[in-house]
Amino acid sequence: MENQDNNIIEVKNLTKKFGDFVAVDDISFNVKKGEIFGFLGPNGAGKTTTIKILTTLLKSTRGEIMLNGYDVTKDQHKVRSSFGIVFQDPSLDDELTAYENMEFHGMLYKVPKETLKRRIEQLLRIVELWDRKNDFVKYFSGGMKRRLEIARGLLHHPKILFLDEPTLGLDPQTRSHIWNYIKNLNKEEDVTVFFTTHYMDEAEKVSDIIAIIDKGKIVAQGKSSELENKTKTKSLEEAFLALTGRDIRDSEVDGKEQMRMRHRVFHR
Amino acid sequence: MNAIFILWSRQLKRYFRSKARIIGSIGQPLLYLLALGFGFGSIYQRAGEGNYIQLLVPGIISMSILFTAIFSGIEIIWDRQFGFLKETLVAPVSRFEIMIGRTLGGATVATLQGTIVFVISFLTGFKTFNITLLPLAFVFMFLIALLFTAFGTAIASVLQDMQGFQLIMNFLIMPIFFLSGALFPTNDLPKVMNSIVRINPLSYGVDGLRGTLINMTHFGLMTDFLVLSIACIVLIALGGYLFDKIQI
Repeated sequence: MENQDNNIIEVKNLTKKFGDFVAVDDISFNVKKGEIFGFLGPNGAGKTTTIKILTTLLKSTRGEIMLNGYDVTKDQHKVRSSFGIVFQDPSLDDELTAYENMEFHGMLYKVPKETLKRRIEQLLRIVELWDRKNDFVKYFSGGMKRRLEIARGLLHHPKILFLDEPTLGLDPQTRSHIWNYIKNLNKEEDVTVFFTTHYMDEAEKVSDIIAIIDKGKIVAQGKSSELENKTKTKSLEEAFLALTGRDIRDSEVDGKEQMRMRHRVFHR
Repeated sequence: MNAIFILWSRQLKRYFRSKARIIGSIGQPLLYLLALGFGFGSIYQRAGEGNYIQLLVPGIISMSILFTAIFSGIEIIWDRQFGFLKETLVAPVSRFEIMIGRTLGGATVATLQGTIVFVISFLTGFKTFNITLLPLAFVFMFLIALLFTAFGTAIASVLQDMQGFQLIMNFLIMPIFFLSGALFPTNDLPKVMNSIVRINPLSYGVDGLRGTLINMTHFGLMTDFLVLSIACIVLIALGGYLFDKIQI
């Protein structure tokens, strides 16, 4: 049992600013290899921004991040070979069929042909889209797109799997199927899972370690039971509310996001 | 290599599936060809310059390639808005490969579009002077396509959404088209105009096509080829650099 080398994700003093707005404020945390790590927080807490930085889509303002032993800013290519991701918002090609979207992904990630065929069928069956595999994604409903998105994210078996609110808006049956597949992946292939969710029961059930982020800072980290003890509450949901308060922050952040978008039209 | 191929084939699939786009983008060149070709034809003839359609066709082919290529490059903005761009950006494939795959795909589509216009132009009475030079004409068409797809990619890499697009269209793309000699002969131009035409890379594409299709060249085919090739390399490098810098 190594101690230090066991960390597959190491984040030190990560800060991200958009103009004056601090989205992520000097956070540090580690994720151990083979762990299922739940990253929870209210809307606009900085979860997605953190994931974008960890997955090389966004550059940090400050901080040091090692993923699978590679520096996220210096060794982008090796970092990208180490992880897979299911994004929070859509990232499918509407003009391609479900099958083609899967195939495209598999070829980009160099999944061997036979394995690719087998897994596409297996995953499309899990998310119940196998019958619709030759339909264009543009004719899919929101839930179907979401399911396809998850199936695609699970197609190659990476070292680290990022899931940004993967099960949002899905029915309990599908959620359960998907989590079974992910847990199996975690056990059989030692895939580390880093996920965000708003379903506290889900987080409580599947994660080994939970970190709670609020207003860009990590306010607590530990096992679900530890968080409950710490806050003297009986469930993760209560602990979460005790730690992050009961205010709703959606609107404020939306305004910021809009400003950011407007600001960035010509950002170079 | 695999990644380049799959990105290339994606562009082609999208093109062949959108029949409306194919037909729509033939409309504009056809309108130019008919309105200008037959509208100015007799005046041009009377001025002793010969057949205007002959002069116009290479220009209109260049135009359709220019617009299709720029739009193909610009598609990155759509991919960004629909989210698909992320999918390619996190893949373990170098961004340069992604950019090359997309650009080759876009360039192939633009060349096809130019070919369609070329074929249609025969219906207006267009004649090529030497069929053996046709392969060379296609080389020029592909170079124009490659150049401007890379240019579109470079533009799209720095734009966040379509709001800036109108600006680019009116102040960059239209001038490139109108000031390339696509619609007029480039000899005996006023001095200022002449210099502008000379620094416009599309002029060399139009000239190269005229050289190979109607045996009329102003700069010389070798110069046309060299200028276009160098411009291609520069813009692919620039497009690759800017694409690599994209953050989402």
